[in-house]
Amino acid sequence: MQHSFPDPESQINASRAAIRLSGVTKEFRGSAEAAVADLSLDIEEGSIVALLGPSGCGKTTTLRMINRLIEPTSGTIEINGTNVADIPAQELRRGIGYVIQQVGLFPHRSIASNIGTVPKMLGWNKKRIAERVEELTSLVGLDHDLLSRYPDELSGGQQQRVGVARALAADPPVLLMDEPFGAVDPIVRARLQDQLLELQSEVRKTIVLVTHDVDEALRVADQIALLNVGGVLEQLAAPDDLMRTPANDFVRTFVGEDRWLRRLHLNLVSSLPHHTGPILPIAATFGEAREVLAAEGVSWLGITEDDVFLGWVQASALDAVEAAGGSLADLERQLPAAQVEPTSTLRSAMELIMVSNTSAAVINEGGKFGGVVTLEGIRRGLAGDTS
Amino acid sequence: MSGAALLGEARNPIIRWEWVYEEWDQIREALLEHLELTMLAMALGLVVSTILAAIALRFRWTMTPITATTSLIYTLPSVAMFALLAPVFGNLSRVTAVLPLAAYTLLILVTNIVAGFQSVPQSVRDAADGMGLSPARRVWSVELPLAMPFIMTGIRIATVSTVGLVTVAAIIGQGGLGRLIFNGLRRAFWTPMTVGALLSIILALMLDALILWIGLLLSPWQRRKKAAA
Repeated sequence: MQHSFPDPESQINASRAAIRLSGVTKEFRGSAEAAVADLSLDIEEGSIVALLGPSGCGKTTTLRMINRLIEPTSGTIEINGTNVADIPAQELRRGIGYVIQQVGLFPHRSIASNIGTVPKMLGWNKKRIAERVEELTSLVGLDHDLLSRYPDELSGGQQQRVGVARALAADPPVLLMDEPFGAVDPIVRARLQDQLLELQSEVRKTIVLVTHDVDEALRVADQIALLNVGGVLEQLAAPDDLMRTPANDFVRTFVGEDRWLRRLHLNLVSSLPHHTGPILPIAATFGEAREVLAAEGVSWLGITEDDVFLGWVQASALDAVEAAGGSLADLERQLPAAQVEPTSTLRSAMELIMVSNTSAAVINEGGKFGGVVTLEGIRRGLAGDTS
Repeated sequence: MSGAALLGEARNPIIRWEWVYEEWDQIREALLEHLELTMLAMALGLVVSTILAAIALRFRWTMTPITATTSLIYTLPSVAMFALLAPVFGNLSRVTAVLPLAAYTLLILVTNIVAGFQSVPQSVRDAADGMGLSPARRVWSVELPLAMPFIMTGIRIATVSTVGLVTVAAIIGQGGLGRLIFNGLRRAFWTPMTVGALLSIILALMLDALILWIGLLLSPWQRRKKAAA
């Protein structure tokens, strides 16, 4: 089969791809309303974009237009500046990974053969295919013993992993995922979502993911495109921005009333403005201690030595130790129960603050003291209030 | 009187082995003819069914008329069919035997081929398209293997019933083992009848087992699934 096009990989560029939808409309015959209406969307290379919305919002239709399983009525879709309509459909699809909810593994082929489907079509030799299959098996965390099995012998979660491995087989720069984790139970789903993020940190694909699950979108996406019925784009924003500044009532209702609580999951301790708190080095004087306590209005004082947090001391014990002629070092210290890391979520910081009697969590930055987190600090951080 | 009857019984047992030995060439010829008629009818039936099934799958509205027609053919009495075709193609013509035999296989074969392709999950088709398989490749390397268990079941049932029907073709001077049966019946000489009947039963059973085995060989994943279940 001779084509004027060399290789889909070179068409869409081997490693990176940005996707641009311009005025894309899809009207199905016999349907009065458009499934997708004049949709324009820029998808950055190497990012995960979630197409989120209620059923009938055209999110799956939009996804399927990218690999031409559905042809748009009007408008263009470009991958790295190349109009997909100019690439023969089958070649285009071999250069785009495709994962669906029901997985769609070939029941009559072994797991290894399923994963090797696209490389085989691209004419790779057996050795190269076998090596690639092994590599992918490790990448998606599958047991190598499963390679000789048939799909029906695997669990739903394992099948979904095979589906992802199969989609990645020819190392396509673009991955389209249609409700990829919709058919597995919530525990497996959460694990697969985490694995997708881990995987993404290694492979850096441009991923378009269709979902109706707000939590899934918030969890995995860099950008969320929230679509309304009829394929109308209501808002395109990073997950936290969608929560913080919903564009309209539809977005507000769709993401839910508890969006502020959800934001606790999305933001990390490192996103908060630095707050030192009532902290003093061990060599400080009692006078300095009283000043800090008064300024912060708290009854606990943190002691550090060489940037390492030693523990909390109680303000009420200051007088007695000073009268006995001691220093800050002589105060009885309590190791903090509440310790977080910069990469902890605000939710877990909040949880720890709730159960600590100092109303603050200490940030442990690789063994060094990195400031404290308080409830007030979290409130201000989420509100974008830096005063 | 009763003595003569007893003598007659003794000379006309259910099977007389000397006859089998003497007429072995005739028996073998009948058996081969039986096999040949069965295979010709099945081959023709498969070709026609494949075309009809492809039409039914491609244009859904043709499903009903195709099923109605093949069902109607299936209900026609076989003796009547052979009798009607005999004046058209000639009494001793092979065509006269093979055409109705093939026609009888259509209902089972078309139904099973269609059911086989319809059993392919939509998600599997979608995944195949999404990965860039051409439609021809999808049909040949994905849908056909998955439809194969249904198709092989259809072939088994059709083959076994064809082996039975071939015997009826003896009324137009064809019919392989059927000729032995009819000869025996006409002459009230049991041996050829017994031989013809037994061999046709054995032939049906053996073909049934053979096709079952081929089917399992073609669908190893099915075997594994059953073992796992």
